[in-house]
Amino acid sequence: MEKISLTGQLIQYIFTGITVGSIYAMVALGFNIIYNVTEIINFAQGEFVMLGGLIMVFFSAFLKLPLPLAFLLTVAVVTGVGALMERFTINPLKNATVLTMIIVTIAVSILLKGIAMFVWGKDPYIIPPFSGSEPIVILGAAIQTQTLWVLLMTAVVVVLLSLFFKKTRYGKAMLACADDPDAARLVGIKVNTMVLISFALSAAIGAVAGAIITPISLMEYDRGALLGLKGFGASVLGGLGSFYGAVVAGILLGIIESLCAGLISSGYKDAVALLLLLLVLYVRPSGLFGNVEAGKIKEF
Amino acid sequence: MSSENFNTFLRVEDLRKSFGGVRALKGLSFTVNSGMIKAIIGPNGAGKTTLFNVITGVFPPNTGSIAFEGVSIDGRKSGEIARLGVSRTFQNVEIFSRMTVLENVMVGRHIQSRAGIISTGFRLLRMRREERQIQESAMEFLQFVGLEHRAGELAGNLPLGEQKLLEIARALATEPKILLLDEPAGGLNTRETEGLAVLIHRILDKGITVVLVEHDMNLVMDISDEIVVMNFGEKIAEGKPKQVKNDPLVIKAYLGEEVDYSNL
Amino acid sequence: MDRQNRNRLVGLIFFLVLFPVLVMNVGAIGHYLDVMIFVGIYSLINMGLSLLMGYAGQISLGHAAFFGLGAYTSGILCTKLSLSPWLAMFAGVAITALIAYIVGVPSLKLKGHYLAMATLGFGVIVYIFFNEEVALTGGPSGFSDIPGLTIMGLNLNNDLYYYILVWSLVLLTLIFSLNVINSRIGRALRSLHDSEVAAAAMGVETSRFKVIIFVLSAAYASIAGSLYTHYVGFLSPSSFDLFLSIKLVMMVVVGGMHNIWGALLGTWLLTFLGNEWLHVFHDFDILVYGAILLAIVMFLPEGLIDLTPRMRRLWKGR
Repeated sequence: MEKISLTGQLIQYIFTGITVGSIYAMVALGFNIIYNVTEIINFAQGEFVMLGGLIMVFFSAFLKLPLPLAFLLTVAVVTGVGALMERFTINPLKNATVLTMIIVTIAVSILLKGIAMFVWGKDPYIIPPFSGSEPIVILGAAIQTQTLWVLLMTAVVVVLLSLFFKKTRYGKAMLACADDPDAARLVGIKVNTMVLISFALSAAIGAVAGAIITPISLMEYDRGALLGLKGFGASVLGGLGSFYGAVVAGILLGIIESLCAGLISSGYKDAVALLLLLLVLYVRPSGLFGNVEAGKIKEF
Repeated sequence: MSSENFNTFLRVEDLRKSFGGVRALKGLSFTVNSGMIKAIIGPNGAGKTTLFNVITGVFPPNTGSIAFEGVSIDGRKSGEIARLGVSRTFQNVEIFSRMTVLENVMVGRHIQSRAGIISTGFRLLRMRREERQIQESAMEFLQFVGLEHRAGELAGNLPLGEQKLLEIARALATEPKILLLDEPAGGLNTRETEGLAVLIHRILDKGITVVLVEHDMNLVMDISDEIVVMNFGEKIAEGKPKQVKNDPLVIKAYLGEEVDYSNL
Repeated sequence: MDRQNRNRLVGLIFFLVLFPVLVMNVGAIGHYLDVMIFVGIYSLINMGLSLLMGYAGQISLGHAAFFGLGAYTSGILCTKLSLSPWLAMFAGVAITALIAYIVGVPSLKLKGHYLAMATLGFGVIVYIFFNEEVALTGGPSGFSDIPGLTIMGLNLNNDLYYYILVWSLVLLTLIFSLNVINSRIGRALRSLHDSEVAAAAMGVETSRFKVIIFVLSAAYASIAGSLYTHYVGFLSPSSFDLFLSIKLVMMVVVGGMHNIWGALLGTWLLTFLGNEWLHVFHDFDILVYGAILLAIVMFLPEGLIDLTPRMRRLWKGR
């Protein structure tokens, strides 16, 4: 095997970073959508990704369904889980304290994790890449084809979401809820329904992320928490609630992490992302791209 | 009364505060003299509660100054300001609902006591003596507002009128020099409001200066020495009740508000 | 201390004295004493968490880190520097408290979800540190041969002695905590929980008290960590992971976070469930934990300690 040049290596790290970062970005988007409508941080957000991965494994590797069908079914099932979560745990607890809301979403995350362990056991699963396992060589770096799938799907998610919020009735209504729930209620928007949609939508995005990353990074029942934590890091870094902030910060976080892993120490790569999260929380809780009014940013 | 009076107690100068794009206070100035009842009135959204919040350090002003007894207090923390002798009640009752009535007032004794974590944890003798004193004086303040019979009850179970009294007792327990009352008569019936007027006078008799935000014009006109009228974050009039009543700007500001003009 | 607390305290002591007598003579549950030692160790942490969550209204999803810091400080100082275990325990408390202070000051300025995430992140960072600093901590496989505790030449390497030691410390900590709760500091904390703005207006130094309780709870966790180390004699990072932090919060919530007795009840119940009674579920205990927590939060938000008062309220039709 020939020796890979330093630039090749760097490009490889950056590609890996963008890939992982896309997943963080999608988790962050999930956080933001729910936060904007409800001001809840959903601690089960990472579990949606985990479920997406494992259910994709079930449909594509176990049932051997065609890839597009398996993918759509995965997203549908996880979306259903998100909706169920909202109806049975979030919706009945109106006017609960922040502490209670945190604990409820944690409880759901433990439950989902437990169910995943019950169904799939503790072993990691992998599925083959969506198209061919032969890597493509770009500038001396070997890039997996699945990486391109991840980038493509992330782009699709971002474009579809922007269209949803800009063009559709429900999307606009959700923006209105985010802006001022009371006013939204007054003009006849069913805030209740919007909260349901926000959970379903977040779950769907999580499912997409899980399904497309599994061929690269494998998936197991207990991956949700760390994915969720880093996705939250991205969402804070980009300014909680900010749509494009989440995407940029997610990818940035992925690249930083990947470079640290490659150039400094792979053991501390998770710590780097978390230290960055703490630093941003302590120094600039409104995020790198957020306004000065911390936590008040409601723009998608 | 001249604002250059030697006994100027609280001086607010050119106070500005905005939230996002909303300017809640637009350069407000007034003074309060020692031993008086000063009322601040104005339509909803005039910035009265914001004013109290800025004075008591809930949030700092954007610009402007607040001096209490000649000491600048703008931008200081709530706790520091309380220690200097400024106490308050809240428009939307902020009692400690899961604590007993007596305990609520005992929290008011916080700055008058000093036991730390070690001496409380090990129940040192000094702390036990202090605890007894806290309890006794808290009971006295409850008696002062007439709530001693409710001492053992959960504060959240009291009716609104008594919760408002409890807030006053709690504020008095800090032994303030000046007391800011934010709509003390809001939600009270006529009889309770009459009782409140008497209570405010008794507070004044204790040597405590009172600043009052209130919508009940009967009460305001009845007990205030001076009135500041605010509208949209600005002072539009100031003076004795009689002067203010006949001020055309004031009447204009109140047009459309549900106010009994015969009293203005 | 009021009568209810005193009665409960007497009841608890009675139970603690009877427990070994009852359990040790029955073969099948003879090892319950061992489980009870773990209940005591986790109770120490959870009394601190209860003060923090139930009384100061703040959350920490990183208390496993403080537990681990105490454990590792004790373990490392005793094996590598052959320090006296008691001195090492003290050093553990000092180091943990210092770190808690450094982390607590900026973290406790954050509210709600942000605080939860910050403490969660901190916990994971410490966990990674335990894994990666192989020279110091032995890395993922940890290290063993940590000596047991002795008091004046008496070796406590015996379940009954260790039980007595741990639960004496629990009782002392409990009394200390109850005293704090029923003092101006406890009132200040409870007031914070009901209305932060009113508490501040009464001169309660909100940020200072939050930090004090955070540091105190970290110190409790550190002592628990030292006791844990000397009991099991072996340390590895997996005992201090993210899930432990969450489990600790669960214990407090399930028992009832607004009441320190609730924290004890929840710790007792979930530790016995986890170590003993859920073994029928093998690896699926997580599922059961999740279900229990969810059920409690949804239907009994004040925790199990509120079960009988709540039934009474329902009975009376209120």
